Amino acid sequence: MERVIVIEKIIEKDAKLYLKLFTSTFTLSAFTLGGGYVIVPLMRKKFVQELGWIEEKEMLDYVALAQSTPGPIAVNTSILVGFRIAGVLGALLTVLGTVLPPLIIISLVFFLYDAFSSNAVVNAALLGMRIGVAAVLLDVVVRMIWLIVKEKNLLSIFILLASFVALQFFNVSIVLIIALAALIGAAETLIKSQRERGQGSK
Amino acid sequence: MILLELIWAFFQVGLFSIGGGYAALPQIQNIVVEKLGWLTPLEFADVLTISQMTPGPIALNAATFVGTKIAGLPGAFAATLGCVLPSIIIVLALAFFYSRYRNLKGVKGVLNGLRPAVVAMISVASLAVLLLALFSDAPPTMPLTAENIIAFVMVAVGFLVLRIFKPDPIFIIAAGGGVGVLAYYLVK
Repeated sequence: MERVIVIEKIIEKDAKLYLKLFTSTFTLSAFTLGGGYVIVPLMRKKFVQELGWIEEKEMLDYVALAQSTPGPIAVNTSILVGFRIAGVLGALLTVLGTVLPPLIIISLVFFLYDAFSSNAVVNAALLGMRIGVAAVLLDVVVRMIWLIVKEKNLLSIFILLASFVALQFFNVSIVLIIALAALIGAAETLIKSQRERGQGSK
Repeated sequence: MILLELIWAFFQVGLFSIGGGYAALPQIQNIVVEKLGWLTPLEFADVLTISQMTPGPIALNAATFVGTKIAGLPGAFAATLGCVLPSIIIVLALAFFYSRYRNLKGVKGVLNGLRPAVVAMISVASLAVLLLALFSDAPPTMPLTAENIIAFVMVAVGFLVLRIFKPDPIFIIAAGGGVGVLAYYLVK
């Protein structure tokens, strides 16, 4: 008799856990403006400080992993968190929680956009906002380029310039550029580590 | 069939955008705007604008917008699914092997090589958005029109304000919208 009760308790707790995972990521995603770089610190606050489900250091690793794998950072981080806490089902639930708010909001916005985009005043506002976005992008790009240049790594600067020219002027495919850049990066590390080993043996 | 096409298109967007934030821009522009023509460059700029003012990653917002436009609500779900599938597959696999491979030198090297390439891609996509904001859809003409000059001044002012005061980008975008409406009434 007692065993049955224990099992029921565990299942109940699990259901609560899954629900909590879903609602946590859903609210985080619904109320976070500004994408990945904003949502990640908030996730940390929620899962590390508030719920205490994940250790600080581990969370940092997750963010680094999320940034270096394909796909939106918010989605990737939520997969790692969900998997860590409740396995594959947990990961699927956190993805659902992260994806649903933009899905709902943007499909609503789409119908508004369709109705409004023929309105002259709305168009004037959109035009002005596009110019604002261009300024924001310019700021982002300048900062990112500066971060690369600041390191004074000639190979990085070369990859930056060569990729830019190849994309802008020669329409080289993005896939090819990603493959080549990854190859160059791997080769550089390999050569460096071999050189270090060679010096070590002398 | 169109749903499968949506899944496949945004699967590629998800797969090739590494580094988050603006990394999806070049992929969306390349595949969805140029190759498939599902968005006009102007609509793409508007999706970007909307993305900045609503929660959610740009890639997911674009997926929902394009999906809804092409095939209604099922389209929105299909495109979103396509967009997160690469993440689900790759990141889940990585979560399994996380502790074993995180310090592998080769992996770090690959990332070092990728970073500047990703920055170059984002620069190219941003340049397209910038040119669109400055010259609308037409190729630049000499002499510049009054609108061109106003747009140029607005970008310059916005950029300087962002650099110096570091406000929330939404403020700059909203201010741009305000100036746009003001200019419309002044001209009228």
